[in-house]
Amino acid sequence: MKERRLNLPFDEDTARSLKAGDPVLLTGTLYTGRDAAHKRLIALIDAGQPLPIDLTNQTLYYVGPAPASPGHAVGSAGPTTSYRMDAYTPQLLALGLRGMIGKGLRSQPVIDAMKQYGAVYFGAVGGAAALIARSIQSSRVVAYPDLGAEAIHEFVIKDFPVTVIIDAHGNNLYETGPKQYRKDMP
Amino acid sequence: MKEIAASALTQTIKDMFLELSYVGGKDLMCALDNARTQEESPLGQLVIDQLMTNYQIAAKERVAICQDTGMSVVFAEVGQEVHITEGSFEEAIQQGVREAYTEGYLRKSIVRDPLFDRVNTGDNTPCVIHTRIVPGDTLKLTALAKGFGSENMSALKMLVPADGIEGVKRFVLQTVEAAGPNPCPPIIVGIGIGGTFEQCALLAKACTALPLDQKNPDERYGALENELLERINALGIGPAGMGGRITALRVHIRQAATHIAGLPVAVNICCHAARHATRTL
Repeated sequence: MKERRLNLPFDEDTARSLKAGDPVLLTGTLYTGRDAAHKRLIALIDAGQPLPIDLTNQTLYYVGPAPASPGHAVGSAGPTTSYRMDAYTPQLLALGLRGMIGKGLRSQPVIDAMKQYGAVYFGAVGGAAALIARSIQSSRVVAYPDLGAEAIHEFVIKDFPVTVIIDAHGNNLYETGPKQYRKDMP
Repeated sequence: MKEIAASALTQTIKDMFLELSYVGGKDLMCALDNARTQEESPLGQLVIDQLMTNYQIAAKERVAICQDTGMSVVFAEVGQEVHITEGSFEEAIQQGVREAYTEGYLRKSIVRDPLFDRVNTGDNTPCVIHTRIVPGDTLKLTALAKGFGSENMSALKMLVPADGIEGVKRFVLQTVEAAGPNPCPPIIVGIGIGGTFEQCALLAKACTALPLDQKNPDERYGALENELLERINALGIGPAGMGGRITALRVHIRQAATHIAGLPVAVNICCHAARHATRTL
């Protein structure tokens, strides 16, 4: 399949032009964050405090990488399951978060907020962690170093392979894809 | 009486966790190869291609197949003629896990308390250890690294005898369908049927460490494994949940005697990266 290329960060118009089911190669910079980092970001928002990173037009990758072995920028770094971030996500989308990379189902409030603000949910292949790590050229911690693998990192990526799972119009490949291949059995 | 030094046990456990974290089994590579030829969805084919490339990279560079290097589980069958010398049996296993995860660039994913004190233990211990004492003078170890993307999608239900075979099928299919893309399909489904609450879960867990080409020796259960695999794949979830013919690579069932009032069923879902190793000392 022919992949579309997309540079990060990207704006709302670009987000709205992506379609569920499109394979995409991402190049540019993104931030990592998972359960513990999300919890801290939301605590800051609730307290009316500034965030350690500006999320406008940025992409968050739900990942907790393995430690880097010598000669590698990062260790294996595949996606973690996204639904654990659902409770926090609408507030981040309201701040301009444009893209999310993870794997697995999202809640309706997340999908509604994606449509409202114009954001995209990309799926990376769970378990393709060593392959994905090859597309990560550098990594640095930008917030919460005490969280270790769960700290917010900035990754510089090149041709990071993803597929648009849920687009900014609410189309969901996790619904349309399986429907196409479902066979009814007696 | 056979003596096994605790240090030898530690070294074996360490070697096993390093190997299983970096290298996918031959049976798994074979199953993925077959899946690639059967998959009709272009996106599904792309996913399987990425997985196969990933296994090649991980094995060649000796890096983790998946960043979630799992919670460590060891099944030990200890011959009653075996004597562990120069240390504690369980501590020797914990030390092997500790050394593998801290020296092998594997992610440390264990918090010391589930609710009040979720602080990383820093070395992936404690490992979950299941020990059985058996006749003989050998020590058989099966090590598993269980990722939690799929562990979180697992379920156990105390069915009643009236639910029967149809009830079992319904519960398995409901569990897999609800899991959808979350457990990193193509998955391996371990099913324990019978026993008590905890024995049923243990059977399901042990299923996830069986060779993929091994069938249930009871042909009735073997047929049920095949039927469930067909029904799971008919759900259309597909590789990475993006739609396709291959949702599961294998269904394993292990059964045990149970109570007149009960029909426990446990479904332990394992991602395609079913990382396990078995060695005998």
